[in-house]
Amino acid sequence: MEIKIVRKVLDVNAKMAEQNRKLFGDKGVFVLNVMSSPGAGKTETLVKTLVRIMPDIKSAVIVGDICTSHDADRLAQSGVPVVQINTEPFGGDCHLAAHVIEKAALDLDLDAIDLLIVENVGNLVCPAEFDIGEDCRIVVLSVAEGEDKPVKYPLMFRECAATLLNKTDLLPHLDYDLEAALNYIHQVHPDMPVFQISARTEEGFDPWIAWLQKMIDKKSK
Amino acid sequence: MHEMGIATEVIEIAEASIPEEMHDAKVECVNINIGRLAAVVPESLRFCFNILIENTRLAGAKLHIREIPVKAYCKDCKHEWIIDAPVFTCTQCDSGALDILSGRELDISSIEIAD
Ligand SMILES: Nc1nc2c(ncn2[C@@H]2O[C@H](COP(=O)(O)OP(=O)(O)O)[C@@H](O)[C@H]2O)c(=O)[nH]1
Ligand SMILES: [Mg+2]
Ligand SMILES: [Zn+2]
Repeated sequence: MEIKIVRKVLDVNAKMAEQNRKLFGDKGVFVLNVMSSPGAGKTETLVKTLVRIMPDIKSAVIVGDICTSHDADRLAQSGVPVVQINTEPFGGDCHLAAHVIEKAALDLDLDAIDLLIVENVGNLVCPAEFDIGEDCRIVVLSVAEGEDKPVKYPLMFRECAATLLNKTDLLPHLDYDLEAALNYIHQVHPDMPVFQISARTEEGFDPWIAWLQKMIDKKSK
Repeated sequence: MHEMGIATEVIEIAEASIPEEMHDAKVECVNINIGRLAAVVPESLRFCFNILIENTRLAGAKLHIREIPVKAYCKDCKHEWIIDAPVFTCTQCDSGALDILSGRELDISSIEIAD
């Protein structure tokens, strides 16, 4: 006998994410979910971004990409509240789930911030599958990773609203085909904004920050 | 990489779906749909499922996975097609304005109980 069920396997996460989204909405907080493979430059990009947008955009960070407190320490130096998520000491979780964000947010004064940035676990596969209640997802892709990551991880690049193509300061030293990389991104996600940046030199940051500001403004209206 | 967690959810939902009056029944099969775009590797999921069901009411059940193709719809020319390579532009008019109709599924559709 067959018993019909028809339920999403990630139902529990989806419901919790909606709950988060409502909470953040009520508090007027814009939530940005930042994803990439390990080492693409999420932390470095965020540190440099935060220094530029503070104090105009009051921000806080939840960081999940850790096995030490290095990232949290680096981020805290920019003067924003940082909540570090304690995952397994030997790298347990491959993504942040909605209930983890809900718990971490308890440690933040949501009334005092406009922007909550979540640095997700370094992984181009799993985080794309898990809604955390964010308003916007972006992916950081470094030129050191080769050109074809977007076609290898299409879900990630479909799900994100923009790509930060990082470490452009390394281009002169690499045999990197920038045009091919851009083509791959747009093959998977036509019209996706791509910001070429160097978190090292801060080259290219103005357009990225203007875009972020625009996204935040769009929500608050 | 999170197939263990997914398998756990599948088992929980399936167990909770066994009707009260059939609590002794043997579950023969759990049917799930996995979209080709979902971040789940079917074989890893099956592996985890088989390990995790051992001491549950699903012991011995098979996991039947139906893979769902990625189907796209072009908002400009209304063309509908199956995407089988990572190219998300219309095969007819080259537009990028697509709706993805299927391929993101991660659903449990039914359980089959021995009569
Ligand atoms: N040359 C160069 N190195 C960078 C840049 N951004 C980050 N890095 C370095 O790349 C490494 C990984 O960066 P990190 O921000 O920790 O990456 P995450 O794992 O994505 O958070 C660190 O050693 C950074 O200093 C960049 O724009 N240029
Ligand atoms: Mg980091
Ligand atoms: Zn078309």
